[in-house]
Parts: sequence; C-alpha cells; structure tokens
Amino acid sequence: MGLSSQHLMTMDDVTAEDVTLILDTAESFAEVNQRRIKKLPTLRGRTIVNLFFEPSTRTRMSFEIASKRLSADGVNFTASSSATVKGETLRDTAKTLAAMACDMVIVRHRYAGAPQMLAEVMDCPIVNGGDGVHQHPTQALLDLFTMRQSFGKLEGLRVGIVGDVCHSRVAGSLVPALNKMGATPVIIGPPTLMPVRPDVLGAEVAYDLDAVLPTLDVVYLLRVQFERAARMPFPSNREYAMLYGMDTARLGALPSHAVVMHPGPMNRGVEISADVADSSRSVVLDQVESGVAVRMAIMYLMLGGADSGAAA
Amino acid sequence: MSYREKAVVMDAESMDRALTRIAHEILEANKGLGDIAIVGIMTRGVDMANRLAERLERIEGIAVPVGNLDISFYRDDVAIRLSPEVHTTDIPYEVEGRTIVLVDDVLYTGRTIRAALDAVMDFGRPSAIQLAVLVDRGHRELPIRADFVGKNVPTARRERVKVQLIEHDGRDAVVILEDDGQGV
Repeated sequence: MGLSSQHLMTMDDVTAEDVTLILDTAESFAEVNQRRIKKLPTLRGRTIVNLFFEPSTRTRMSFEIASKRLSADGVNFTASSSATVKGETLRDTAKTLAAMACDMVIVRHRYAGAPQMLAEVMDCPIVNGGDGVHQHPTQALLDLFTMRQSFGKLEGLRVGIVGDVCHSRVAGSLVPALNKMGATPVIIGPPTLMPVRPDVLGAEVAYDLDAVLPTLDVVYLLRVQFERAARMPFPSNREYAMLYGMDTARLGALPSHAVVMHPGPMNRGVEISADVADSSRSVVLDQVESGVAVRMAIMYLMLGGADSGAAA
Repeated sequence: MSYREKAVVMDAESMDRALTRIAHEILEANKGLGDIAIVGIMTRGVDMANRLAERLERIEGIAVPVGNLDISFYRDDVAIRLSPEVHTTDIPYEVEGRTIVLVDDVLYTGRTIRAALDAVMDFGRPSAIQLAVLVDRGHRELPIRADFVGKNVPTARRERVKVQLIEHDGRDAVVILEDDGQGV
C-alpha cells in the first residue's frame, strides 16, 4: 500500500489518507529510533541524493540520518562544492544525476518550482526539501506528526501560525496540510510580513496575537527570515518581540493544554524568548525527533512497492 | 482472486490441544521456563504468542514475557510490494542472553522467519532462538524449520492456509482455501 503520487513536491501531492499512512508508518520508525541498533535493512542498495542548493543543517542531516537508518546510500550534493559554481544549470545537474541512476532525489532550492523542473527530466521520485518561499512539505508532515503525538488527533485543532508568513515555505505547506486534516490554521503577523493576499491562503487571518492566543491549541512561531526580506520589515527586533514574540506572559494567556512549536533555527529574543524556547510547553525538539521518523516513512513508502519503478 | 473454503483442517478443540502440547514441548525442550521469552510475529503470530504464554503461565505458575514483532521493514521484497499495514514492534524486555521462542501462525516459504530472525538480532544477541508455529504447510524456499509444530498440513502452492481466531473471525479454526476460478 503506497502513496497516491510518485513525488512529494507540494501538499497537493498527498491526500488525507496518504498523510495518515505516512504518520502511522512514522510511528513504527519512531520506535526503531529508540532502539540501541537504529538501523534497518529496508532500502539496501538504493541511492538517495540530497541535492541542496541552499544552506541547511537540520533538514539535510535529518534526511541523511533517515536514509542511513534505512540502509540506503545517501549522497550529499552541496551547491558550494559542485559544478553549480562552475555555471551548470539545474536541468543539466538533474540529467547528470539521472545518468548515475539514483533512486530518489531530495531537493532544496531558492527558486519555487525547482522540484517540478527536476521531475520533468528525471524518472525517480522527487521530494521537496524546501523550494524558495513556496513549500516545505516534509516539515509540514513532521509538524502534523508532532501535533498528533501531543493531542492524539489533528481534527479540530486550532493552530496559530505567527510571524513572517510571507517569506515562509513552512506556512505554505502547513496551512494546506492542516486544512486537509480537518484542523484550523490561523495566520497572525504584522501586515508587512503578510502575503499580498492573505485571504487566498486558506487560513483565518489575524493581526492581534494577544486576542487570538486564548483560542489556540498550538502556537507555531515562524522564523523571521531577515535574509529573504528586501528591507527591515519592522522598526526593531524589540518592537517585533513586544507585538508578536512569544514570551512567558503570552504563554500564560494560552490554554493550559496548548503547545509551542517552531521549525528552527530560532531567533531567540525575536519571535521566541529563551524562557519559552526552553520551557516544558515547547515541543521544538520533538519536532526535530519526529523529522527523522517521518522522513524514513516517506522514503519507505515512496521507494517500496513495484510502482516506484525500482522493481523493473 | 477470490477463494472458497476447501477444508477445515483444525477446529477449536484441536487448536486448543495443539497449543497446550506445544507449551509442554517448549518446557520439556528447555527444561522449564528458565530464561524463555516469547516473540509473536504480527499479526496472527501475536495472538498465538499470547495464547501460548497463557498456557505456559498456567502450567509453571510464572508469567512469561511476550513481545510483538513487525517484520515489514526486514522483508526481502520491499522493492516489489509494501506490507498492507505496518505495526509497531514492541519487545518490552532485554533480548540479550535469553532463549527467544518466535511464534507465527503458518510456516510456508520461511521468508517471514528469515526476516524475523534478523529483526530479533537487532535487539540484542539471544542465547538461542526457537520457532513455534500452529501450521507447517511445506514449500520452504529457505533452510528453515520449526522446533514446535501444531500440525503439518500438506498443501498445494495455489491454495491458501488461513488461521481463523475467535477475536477476529468469530471462530477458532484452520482452513484451506482454494481459488474458486471466479477470477478477481
């Protein structure tokens, strides 16, 4: 029983049933990750390429650990030490990888649509590890896994996604992912960090964090992506922290069962205070832990079964 | 393909007697319960394992540790087909140094057992692994045999052997199913 799509490029590639299958399978991999011997023979002899054109530590490592735990051969391609600096196009890089017969490509690129372009020239499954300000579906899936672990369900949860929504590929995947599973996303942030048309994202829109806090089950803080902003989107970090930063006082305004999430890396003192980041209400490290299990599940489900093309 | 029931080879009573006999054989072969622990293979093997553990406890008066093993990630045909459902393995005891009795409902090609042996080894180094099955239907593809067998049932490859359990199927029985020729 596999997934309905060959690729995982956006959340549109998976149905609610697919998401449930991925999360259920990830539960079993989470058990494996608790063992002393954390290695399975499942994907022996398969080659998984990490094609990263943007800097990344946790996502790349998470995919790398996932492929190693499944006994696949993981190959890392980093743009700074590759033919890219010599001027090779993405299309040529993809054709080169296809000629080397790899079985799966994980791609991160600063341009939206890079995974779709790879899929045009390669036959193997493509997994989007983050494309520009578009989508980051494996992050959304590991977030759903973490929420399901915290609450035992996804349906009916109210999730506030706070901050730099317009530069966030995490929000780009998380909003449709939550809608798919019957949860309610609420995007909250200053108008300068909201998309031009926030209404088309499919989430409730709010600008006053304090008014929304008491209604939330999850506060999901987005990293302010200073590197993507054309100019400073607010007068000062201090003003941002005062209006939209999660601190101990705001933690008190949340329902007692609510949890705090962040995709990392955190700007401590900007979108999240150090106290909150290290508090028992923060499940940030559970998110990181879930990441490996969820990515193992995605690799297993996409590379297993005859339809993956591997059996031919 | 659809199947029709060809024969009932074990009924509730003979299943019950076979499991009780296997429990006694395990105790005889190992000279008591000693350091024995049971691992049932998902999903029907787990039900068998629990029934076997009940009997061992009744005979010896000591509880036997039981674990559940899912072998989906250890199968040799992952590239061809995925398990319809993956369950979570739960072996709540130290495997190292113990005598592990693997339990499954039907022994056929031996490939499931090969996978289970690898899976158990990933939890530690048992001092021995033994195999108990309710039915051995033959047609081995690997050099594997069971230490304790409920019943040997000669079958044809095109037939299927199904162990029915009261908790899932409403009755305890082992039946042989054959292709009814009706196609899909």
